[in-house]
Amino acid sequence: MLGLGILKGLVETARNFLGSYIDKERLVTVQFPEERLPVAEAARNFPFLIYDGVDPEQGLRCVACQICEKECPPRCITIEKSKDKKPDFVGKQQFYPAVFDIDVSVCMSCQICVEVCPFDAIRMDNEFELSTTDRFGGLLWTKEKLARPNEHYEAIHPTEAAEVEARRAEEKAQADAKKQPSTVTQ
Amino acid sequence: MLDQVFVSLKHWLLGYSPAAIQPAVSILLTILPILLVFPVLFALTTVLERKGLGRIQNRYGPNRVGFYGILQPMADALKSLTKEDIVPASADHTVHFLAPLILLAVAFLPFAVLPIGRNMIAANLDAGVLFFFAIGAISELSVFMAGWSSRNKYSLLGAMRAVAQMISYEVPLLLSSIAVIMAAGSLSTVEIVNKQAGFSGIFPHWYVLTPWGFVGFVLFMIAATAETNRSPFDLPEGESEIIAGYYIEYSGFKFALFFLGEYLGMFAISGLGITLFLGGWGAPLPFLTWVPSWIWFFAKLLGLIIGFIWVRGTLPRLRMDQLMNFAWKFMLPMALVVVVSAGAWRFLPQGVTRWLVSTLLLAVAYGLLARGVESRNKIAKRTYRFAE
Repeated sequence: MLGLGILKGLVETARNFLGSYIDKERLVTVQFPEERLPVAEAARNFPFLIYDGVDPEQGLRCVACQICEKECPPRCITIEKSKDKKPDFVGKQQFYPAVFDIDVSVCMSCQICVEVCPFDAIRMDNEFELSTTDRFGGLLWTKEKLARPNEHYEAIHPTEAAEVEARRAEEKAQADAKKQPSTVTQ
Repeated sequence: MLDQVFVSLKHWLLGYSPAAIQPAVSILLTILPILLVFPVLFALTTVLERKGLGRIQNRYGPNRVGFYGILQPMADALKSLTKEDIVPASADHTVHFLAPLILLAVAFLPFAVLPIGRNMIAANLDAGVLFFFAIGAISELSVFMAGWSSRNKYSLLGAMRAVAQMISYEVPLLLSSIAVIMAAGSLSTVEIVNKQAGFSGIFPHWYVLTPWGFVGFVLFMIAATAETNRSPFDLPEGESEIIAGYYIEYSGFKFALFFLGEYLGMFAISGLGITLFLGGWGAPLPFLTWVPSWIWFFAKLLGLIIGFIWVRGTLPRLRMDQLMNFAWKFMLPMALVVVVSAGAWRFLPQGVTRWLVSTLLLAVAYGLLARGVESRNKIAKRTYRFAE
């Protein structure tokens, strides 16, 4: 019968309408700022620099090798190498970045900087609310703002962090083993 | 007492103005409420529609601005006021500017002949219904002006669709109104409402409660949906096909004016539907006549608006050929049968006979036309030569 399908459809929408008031389970939307869905472990948005220990200046893993700066497709990273050196986690003297800036508005979240970094110093953060009211200063993130402790990395990407941690522990053990004989002879 | 509160208020205010300017003040006092009430109703409808559609789709709908999102229209108005007004470089500037203004002016005019309550009508014209349709036809002009002057292929397509659709659906709209005009014997809206006053038992003498009136009302509302470019007949806008149709090149407040014009058109045509079929400002039950007449009008209007929103939330958009087929092959013959049926109702003696004759006439016509529509809609099973 012509028109019966329309009536059936109207009943269906009426059921949805009334049902959404009775059954909260029906409401599929998440009321964003108050309610949040858990972020997936692989989620990534913007890079950050890892530091060990408590002092971001002292513990920064970055050695200012500038590979990421050169590989970055949109060229959003600016690095200036330091004049002096400081010891890294195995005790070797390394340069450190005097300036490390990333432009939020240029970054395209490709993760290439993370892939090329030989020192596990730069990783992707899953924080996505990066908007700012300051169009000029607010979008250029400096070293201080980019630095995040290693614990943060372990919290957001646990599997990946465990793997990196194991590798670094092995490297440190090897380096210590090399040093050990010299201390013995002393 | 409360029934005539606005009429008394007008006369009381009129008493304070000097005699020389009394006609002008009288006109102003009549027009001003229309210019205030219906845009407010528009604001209310937008938030109601968005919340209703949200609930139909199992969402919350707007719930941020004000208490439960009730102030959303204020935010929308502010937003559209602060937006940049972009006119395409190659557009016809004058016509582009005039189109929304004409649409708005034309959208307000039909309210002049709608009886909102007892003694509450701006202009009691003898040919009120005729005036309504004559004004309604001008909105097609403004739509085409908008589409043409934008110098955009999409907007021209949208405008052409709009004009084709409005002209096609004006025929069943008028024919179903003619049935009422025949029954009432008058073109005056006030007279038509008066003819529907009174009760038999508990049933009011509304035309919708007769067989031809019911079918006529359904046809009228379908045609009204098409006439106001509302879903499922929103082909002229067709976001997924022609982006926004004839108002694609309108931004900021001009766009808001188009929006306002569309909704006012919807209110006006719903108001006419109420006047013609639902007894105007009359109460639906005899013991409810103490409720002020204007409350009944707005209650019925709200009911029809909810109906529009419900249909919008239910049906997908039609295709152009389906739209035209439906107008000319189903709506038009059905509306003609309604006219015949109303004639039979008028000349047969009161009683069971005329109910039977009128209903039978419509049922047979519906059955035959429905078979025609459904046989056209049959899709043959697709067969494949190689992919079986």
